[in-house]
Amino acid sequence: MSHNFRIAIRFLLAKKRSMLMSLAGIVFGVGFFISTQAQLSGYQELFIETILGTDGAIRIEDRIQATSVFVEAASSKGNSTNFFLSDENNRRFVEGIEHPESVVVAIMELSNIEATSSVLKGSVQLQSALREDSGQVFGITVDDHLAVSALEDQIDSGSIIDFRQTPMGVILGVKLAARLDVSVGDSLIIRAVDQQRRLKISALYETGVSDIDKKRVFMHINTVRSLLKKPHGVSFIQVSVFDRARTMIDSQLIENVTNHFSTPWQEREKSLLELFKILRISSAITVSTIIIVSGLGMFSMLVMIVMEKTREIAILRSMGYTRGDISSIFLWQGAIVLVLGTAIGCCLGVLMTFGISKLPMPSAGLFTAEFFEVNWSGWHYIQAVVAATVIVMIASLIPARRAARLVPGDVIRGTAA
Amino acid sequence: MSETAANREIALECRELHKYLGEGEMKVHVLRGVNLKLYRGEVSAIVGPSGCGKSTLLYLLGLLDRQDSGSIHVMDEVVPLDKDGEHTRIRGENIGFVFQFHFLLPEFSATENVMLPMRKLGRLSPKDMEARSVALLEEVGLGDKTHRLPSQLSGGEQQRVAIARSLANMPGVLLADEPTGNLDVKNSLMVFESLTRLAKEKGQAVLIVTHNPELAQKCDRILRMQDGQFIES
Repeated sequence: MSHNFRIAIRFLLAKKRSMLMSLAGIVFGVGFFISTQAQLSGYQELFIETILGTDGAIRIEDRIQATSVFVEAASSKGNSTNFFLSDENNRRFVEGIEHPESVVVAIMELSNIEATSSVLKGSVQLQSALREDSGQVFGITVDDHLAVSALEDQIDSGSIIDFRQTPMGVILGVKLAARLDVSVGDSLIIRAVDQQRRLKISALYETGVSDIDKKRVFMHINTVRSLLKKPHGVSFIQVSVFDRARTMIDSQLIENVTNHFSTPWQEREKSLLELFKILRISSAITVSTIIIVSGLGMFSMLVMIVMEKTREIAILRSMGYTRGDISSIFLWQGAIVLVLGTAIGCCLGVLMTFGISKLPMPSAGLFTAEFFEVNWSGWHYIQAVVAATVIVMIASLIPARRAARLVPGDVIRGTAA
Repeated sequence: MSETAANREIALECRELHKYLGEGEMKVHVLRGVNLKLYRGEVSAIVGPSGCGKSTLLYLLGLLDRQDSGSIHVMDEVVPLDKDGEHTRIRGENIGFVFQFHFLLPEFSATENVMLPMRKLGRLSPKDMEARSVALLEEVGLGDKTHRLPSQLSGGEQQRVAIARSLANMPGVLLADEPTGNLDVKNSLMVFESLTRLAKEKGQAVLIVTHNPELAQKCDRILRMQDGQFIES
C-alpha cells in the first residue's frame, strides 16, 4: 500500500461524518443518474422498436423529378465535356412509386437490406353497425409485410392466418375497433371515393402507439387497389434492415440508385428522437447537480482538512515529503471517496433500475407498456462515473494544490508564534 | 579555528547568510551575514533575545525557508538556492527536526509516527522500519507505549516521540527549536538528556535554539545571537 495512500485514509477517517456526507452525495448522484438515463433511454428504445416494427427502418416513396440540366460543350482540344446544373433545394416529386418491382430489385442488391413490402395507402371511412369513423387503409401483401414489420407480434386477438385466407379480411387497431365497437369476426363497411366494400374483421392489433392504433387499417393490396381505383403502382415501399444504425447511409444510396425519395427512421422520427435526446440531457444535467453539490461538500471537507492539518503538512514536508507527496495525499482522499461513491452508486443504479423495471405502468400515454421501460446500457454507468470523476477530481485538485503550496517554515513559525 | 575543530567532520556549514522578512518599509534585515559550522557529535546552543533571528536561522539551516543570500552546505553538499525538490531530498536524508510543539500526527500511533520519515526515505523494509521505530522509542524510555496514540501520551512523552522520529533516518544534523519550551522542568531535563545523549551516541551534530540558560550551559558550545549576528562563539 502506498504510504501517501495510508496517510490519506487516516486523514479521511478522522473526518468520518463529512466524508460520509460527501460519499452519500456521490452514491445517490451516480445512482439517480443511472436510473433516470435507463428510464429515458428505455422509452426511447421502446419508441424506436415500435416505429421499426410498424413503419420499418426505411420508407421509399415518391419519385424525384429530374431537375438537373446537362449541357454538352466542346473543349479546346476537341474532346466533348459534360457540364450539369443541379437544383437540389428545389426538388419536385411525383407521388407514389410507379414501378415498385424494379425499385425492389435494385435495392435488394444493397447488403444491409433485409426485406421490402410494397404498400398502397389511402384514406377511408369505416362504418360498423353502430358507429362511423375515419381511418387510413394500408394495402399489403401479407408475407411481405410480416417480413418488414412486427405486425404478427402485435396481433391482440384473431389471427394472421385467418386474414391471409380471407381476401375480404381486415385487421384493425384495438383503439379503432373500440371506437367502432367491433371485435374479431364482425363485419364493417369501408368507403373510399365512390366505392365501398363489406369486410370481415380477421384480427385486431396493438402497437402501443395510440395514433397508429386508432387510425391504421390493414387490407390485402388487391382489395385496396379496387377500392381506391389504383390498378398500378404503390404509395410507398417499407424496408427492413439488418443493421439499423446504417440506415442513413443506405437511405441515401437508395435515393441515388432508384431516384425515389427515401426516408430513414432517424429522419422520419427526428422531432421525437430530438425530444428524447433533450430529455436525457436535461435529466443528466438535473441529476448531475446532486453530484456537483456532493463535489462542493467534498471540496469544503478537503479544504477543512488542509486548514486543520497545516501543521501536519508542514511536519511531513520537514521529514522529506515533497510537494507532490502532499498533493497526492489529498488527491488520494478524493479518489477514495470517488471509487467508493461510484462503486456503491453503480450498485444503487442497478437496484433502482431493476426496481423501476418491475413497477407497473399506471396509464397509457404516448406508448402502452405493461411495466416501466428501462434500458440496461453500460454507457449510463460510464457517463455517471465520468461525471462523478470530473467533479470530484476538480473538487480535490484545488485543496491538494493549496496543501502542496504551504511553506513549512511559515507554518511552523506561525504555530510557534 | 582550533586544531581539534579542524579534524572534526563538519555536518553543516553556512556562509554569509542574509535574510530579510517583510516588505517595503516593514522590511527587516533579520540575519546579517551569519557564518556557522556544526560538527558531528557536538551539541551547540543558540541563545539570544526574542526576535534576534535564532529561529529564522534554524529554519534556513533546516531548508524549511530560503535565504536571500549566502550559502548552506549539508554533509559537504552545496544546497542549491531555488530547487525545492533538492531541499526536500537533502532535508529527508540528512536533517532531523524537533520543534517546540511535538507535531505528531494524531491519527498515527507512536511507532507509526516514528516510521513516517523512514517510509518516505524507503531505505528499510517495513519490518525493519518497525523494529527501528520500536528500538528508538525504547531508547527514549517509551518502549511500553509504542502503540499508543499521541493523545494517550503526556506532553513530555509526546516530545520524546518527536525526538525518536527526528532520529529515525539517522540524520547527520539535528535541529531543535525550543524543544523543551512547552514542558515543565522535570520533563525538560528528561527530553534534553534524551536528545543530547542519543545525538552524541550516534555522532550527530545538534543545534538547539533555547531560552533556557541552564540547558544551554549543558551544551558543548553556546552561540550568542543579537540583531541577526553571532556576537561570540
